[in-house]
Amino acid sequence: MRDILNAKLGRRSVLGAGVAGASMLAMPSVLRAQDKSLKVGVYGGFFKDSFDKNIFPDFTKATGIAIESVAEPTGEAWLVQLEQAAKAGAAPADVSMMSQVAMLKGQTTNLWAPLDAAKLPNSKNLIANFVNKYPDGKIAGIGAVSWYITLVTNTQAYKEAPTSWAALWEKANADKLGLLALVSNSFLLEVTAKTFMGGTKALDTDEGILKALEKLSEVKPNVRLWYRDEAQFEQALKSGEIPMGQYYHDVTGLAASQGSPVRSTFPKEGGIQDSGCWALSRASKKTEEAHTFINYMCQPAIQATLSRKVGTSPTVKRDLLDLTAAEFASVSSDIEPIIPRYDLYQTKSDFLNQKWTEMIAG
Amino acid sequence: MRREPPQRLADYGPLFFPAGMLIVFFVVPFATMIAVSVFQREQGGFYTPAFVFDNYARFLSLFFGKVLGFSLFLAIAVAAACVVIGIPFTYLLSRSPRKIQIVWLVALLSILSLSEVMIGFAWSTLFSRTAGITNLFVWLGLMAQAQALTPSFGAVMTAMTYQAFPYTVLVLYPALVRLDPTLTEAARTLGASPVKAFFTVVVPALRNTILATLIMVFIFALGSYLLPQLLGRPQHWTLSVLITDQAIYQSNMPFAAAMAVFLVLVSLALVGLALYAGQQRQAK
Repeated sequence: MRDILNAKLGRRSVLGAGVAGASMLAMPSVLRAQDKSLKVGVYGGFFKDSFDKNIFPDFTKATGIAIESVAEPTGEAWLVQLEQAAKAGAAPADVSMMSQVAMLKGQTTNLWAPLDAAKLPNSKNLIANFVNKYPDGKIAGIGAVSWYITLVTNTQAYKEAPTSWAALWEKANADKLGLLALVSNSFLLEVTAKTFMGGTKALDTDEGILKALEKLSEVKPNVRLWYRDEAQFEQALKSGEIPMGQYYHDVTGLAASQGSPVRSTFPKEGGIQDSGCWALSRASKKTEEAHTFINYMCQPAIQATLSRKVGTSPTVKRDLLDLTAAEFASVSSDIEPIIPRYDLYQTKSDFLNQKWTEMIAG
Repeated sequence: MRREPPQRLADYGPLFFPAGMLIVFFVVPFATMIAVSVFQREQGGFYTPAFVFDNYARFLSLFFGKVLGFSLFLAIAVAAACVVIGIPFTYLLSRSPRKIQIVWLVALLSILSLSEVMIGFAWSTLFSRTAGITNLFVWLGLMAQAQALTPSFGAVMTAMTYQAFPYTVLVLYPALVRLDPTLTEAARTLGASPVKAFFTVVVPALRNTILATLIMVFIFALGSYLLPQLLGRPQHWTLSVLITDQAIYQSNMPFAAAMAVFLVLVSLALVGLALYAGQQRQAK
């Protein structure tokens, strides 16, 4: 879901790996630390780069566990790879950051090794709904970060920021939008329900879903690009080729801070909030190290660093953080978010996917 | 030297390696795919071994029929475009000085080193409103305003033809180089114009090569899933795009496998039909 600018940043991560390799040879202490190591999967590109630079070195310094970061592709693609590998008893990464939809699918097949709460004392810092549990109460995953998908615009094409998701439906925006191509990562059904049908409860029934799809099909003439590849849309948004759409709040903020004419707006109906969990593959043999890592990541100080450096929204309680009001506002919003109907992507995934594909391609 | 039929097992030795490769890299994966295509899909999970035809049943709908139809049409159109441009091009190339031939062939071969992603992004930039070729037309005074040429069917066709063109030339080139120049000379002496000689002598002499080229580009184009996504609208998405969606994003391997098996069968049938038609005509 978030292999942001993978193509472009690939070269940079190769250079980074080279530098890291060279510095490892120069520092025997780090080399020794590799006796204990952990492979961690994070979304390739911007995410991985930020973690490699701002988070992992400090972790190794604090615990002596070396981190080998693995660039993982879009949530569910990585899920399929982890699942196939686990069947063969292998783990391409011990701990991975998984988005909610992928997380829940992995839970159905018991892909994630249950985590021991006693070894994760810091997990009590978390907001309760960021802890994923198996039906029997065992912990499947611990919230790593959360992020928002918001309404983004090119500031040169749109002098005024739009205020509502309803902007997607406006006739004036014909052929100007870039939207995510899949039902399970765009969450546009939820957006439609919240904007026009009084809330995501409207999606409880099949009729409600079909009605939302029908309403959503009205945006089709406005959509220039249904994207699977984020780099494609980000580039087009920056250049003004496709001046409006839905995109990640954190990356848009980063692009804006680097001088690109883009802005991210929380519409009055709320941004879409999604989150990533740390989950341990059942094929991994690094259970101890994994617990140390996840526990480390649950510290309020680390979550604050993530917010400042990566632009993600924290998963620990607000009052534990030392973020200023302005810092918090830049990664989150007081407007109540649109929470995706994750349950639907489990119980009705094929129905949703079929109707969705027919809607956009038909 | 007289060729002896193989006597002992060891005489078959040279066959073992290719046969082994074929089994490991084609038979086994394809058999796995067929097996998975009849497995039971588990919504919200993966799949369990079973023997059900649900996945094939789901495919048999008007929607997927249309997508399959479009995919075949697109592949045929790309194959036809490649051959129509490729034959005159390669013919002229084979008649030009050796130095020029080498430059062209090296340039064409270098296209093969580009990945589909790079080709897709390059064309989407060329066809964009903000940085594309229409800006050049505006500068030349041919157009009043720069406009976006993508997403469109034309953009998908252009990029796919571009991608398949080197293969077309590589298949046609040896046949055209080996073509006896006295054939066209004879036609010319008998009063045919160069164009007429080309169509009445060169093209018929190359019939089998042309058929082989068409089939190769057709199959090559049928598997394309990135360019239709990058340069087309959703109605230009091929079956391969939907297979990728199912396999990678929906983790619905059984349905993806069923669609892939269907696509292979349909393309094999079409290739068989083309070969059969070619033989029939030769027999006449």
